[in-house]
Amino acid sequence: MTPPLAWYLGLSAVLFAIGVLGVLIRRNVIVIFMAIELMLNAVNLSFVALARSLGSMDGQVIVFFVMTVAAAEAAVGLAIILSMFRNRETTNADELATLKW
Amino acid sequence: MGDVAITAAKALFIVLLVVQVMGLGVFFERKVSALIQDRIGANRAAILGFAGLGLVNTLVADPIKFLLKEDVVPAGTDRVLHFLAPVLSLVPVLVTFAVVPFGDVLQVGGRTINLQAAELNVGVLYVLAMVSLAVYGVVLGGWASNNRWSLLGGIRGSAQMISYEIAMGLALVSVVLTYNTLDLQEMARAQGHLLWGWLPAWGILYQPVAFLIFMTAGVAESKRIPFDLPEGESELVSGYFTEYSGAKHLMFMMSDFVEVVLVAALVTTLFFGGWQVPYLLRDGFHFPWGAALALPSWAVALLQVTAFALKLVFFTWLQIVVRWTLPRFRYDQLMRLGWQGLLPLGLVNVVVSALVIVLAAGPAA
Amino acid sequence: MSPLLFLLLAALTVASALTVVVHQNPVHSACALVLTLCLLAVFFLGLDAQLVALLQVIVYAGAIVVLFLFVIMLLNLQVEARAMAGTLLVGTAAVGGVALAVLIVTALRRAAPPAGRGVPAGFGETAALARQLFTVYLLPFELTSLLLLVAIVGAVALAKKPS
Repeated sequence: MTPPLAWYLGLSAVLFAIGVLGVLIRRNVIVIFMAIELMLNAVNLSFVALARSLGSMDGQVIVFFVMTVAAAEAAVGLAIILSMFRNRETTNADELATLKW
Repeated sequence: MGDVAITAAKALFIVLLVVQVMGLGVFFERKVSALIQDRIGANRAAILGFAGLGLVNTLVADPIKFLLKEDVVPAGTDRVLHFLAPVLSLVPVLVTFAVVPFGDVLQVGGRTINLQAAELNVGVLYVLAMVSLAVYGVVLGGWASNNRWSLLGGIRGSAQMISYEIAMGLALVSVVLTYNTLDLQEMARAQGHLLWGWLPAWGILYQPVAFLIFMTAGVAESKRIPFDLPEGESELVSGYFTEYSGAKHLMFMMSDFVEVVLVAALVTTLFFGGWQVPYLLRDGFHFPWGAALALPSWAVALLQVTAFALKLVFFTWLQIVVRWTLPRFRYDQLMRLGWQGLLPLGLVNVVVSALVIVLAAGPAA
Repeated sequence: MSPLLFLLLAALTVASALTVVVHQNPVHSACALVLTLCLLAVFFLGLDAQLVALLQVIVYAGAIVVLFLFVIMLLNLQVEARAMAGTLLVGTAAVGGVALAVLIVTALRRAAPPAGRGVPAGFGETAALARQLFTVYLLPFELTSLLLLVAIVGAVALAKKPS
């Protein structure tokens, strides 16, 4: 007997909320990035669970695209963090807030 | 319940086979290297006067020494990561053997048992996934040693591994194109087909370039000479596993040799017919000149498993001979070979294979 | 996948996700992220998505998090003195997170649950995914390859040392 769809969607919601929590409370930009990846994965879980429930492969195709876009985003984001670190010697989000007034 | 027991038995069998071949590999490493370097090799340890050409030394004395040595953890390191790194290096490589087929089928008591521990229909991708996970052992081993040379070795090693994963993946793509399946057992079965009635259609005939790319990338993945700069015995002490002693060092060495056996197993399955014995079908030999020899199913399975084991030993021996023959690549030469040599070659091979397949299939494709 | 196994794995997943966001040491956070991703791959296997599960391990756990680890080691990030925001923000964020989870779960329960249709043969296999990818979703596929090219060029341009 497979677990009902609601359980998978509930787990996905909890993981997404943990990711949001991570983005809000951590000051290290790399850990903020990891929390963003966690949010993307929570959404992937939703897509795959719904794909199976509806019997359609579209959900899995979208997960494929989400993974690709997440890879591209991680590469560019980490490159940005590297170059900011070279300028400012810090990865603390409070100290990197130079565009704020 | 019976299915679980059968799967457990298959898994146990393949792990024992791997450990035996690995032990043989370690023995070869010392004896074959000695022969190549015109010396005798280790032959002093003996039980009751029986030294067995160095077998007792390599297979009994060495493991006992490793297991009884003190486990030194350097001060100021992260103990959790120090403990985890050898595990992350060994376990993914051992687990990959679950999808390697070691025989065709065994017909026992009315059941037909497929001689492959896990029948995944995406077997090739599983291999790539586990090889990707093995990178963590290297990275974390270098970091957790609190030693800048280990860190250097760890970073170099993991950069090398992820670069050559790509070349390996491309070689696998062309093989998948040829066999039209991702399941290793189906690939092994497809190589029983006879070309022109007499030549077994082994993968090497269809994809010689992919064989070369895969072999090179496999040796680079396991960080053996000529690609062993991360371990660099004369340069970085022991590279990323300098600060490991005793059982953890044994696990790193084991993962090295198990990866050698893994590359040998994959090369035989993809390019040399795996468990296929030429002209042997499920009910016996069928020679192309018309003679046939009927054999019971257990004899066929035994012959196939023996053929697989022999091919494994041959390719393990080959990698060991290569190790003791070639000098080490410099790091920039290594990276250049991976990115500017094997990657374009792999891409061209995929395109050419796809073209040949489409043209050979004719207008119906 | 039996419900008991699901609950066990779900508890482990939530625990490792919390470790990612709460732990002070960034390397430990990255290792916890790998564990979370591999557990999610197990969930995908239970949902008949074998190809997506293995892609998750290869791409996410095997490449993206390795990239994270490289950057952490390159920048030599240690445990930092002020890893989290002030108590007021943490408290508000925690309440907000719980509220968000409750909101999502309630909204999903109120929406009409999709009728559990059976899965067609060959669901989750490579051929089925490839068939959709190269026919219906061909344009996004080509655009994604362009996106990856742009990302590679951008990452190299950004991370190069100014000469």
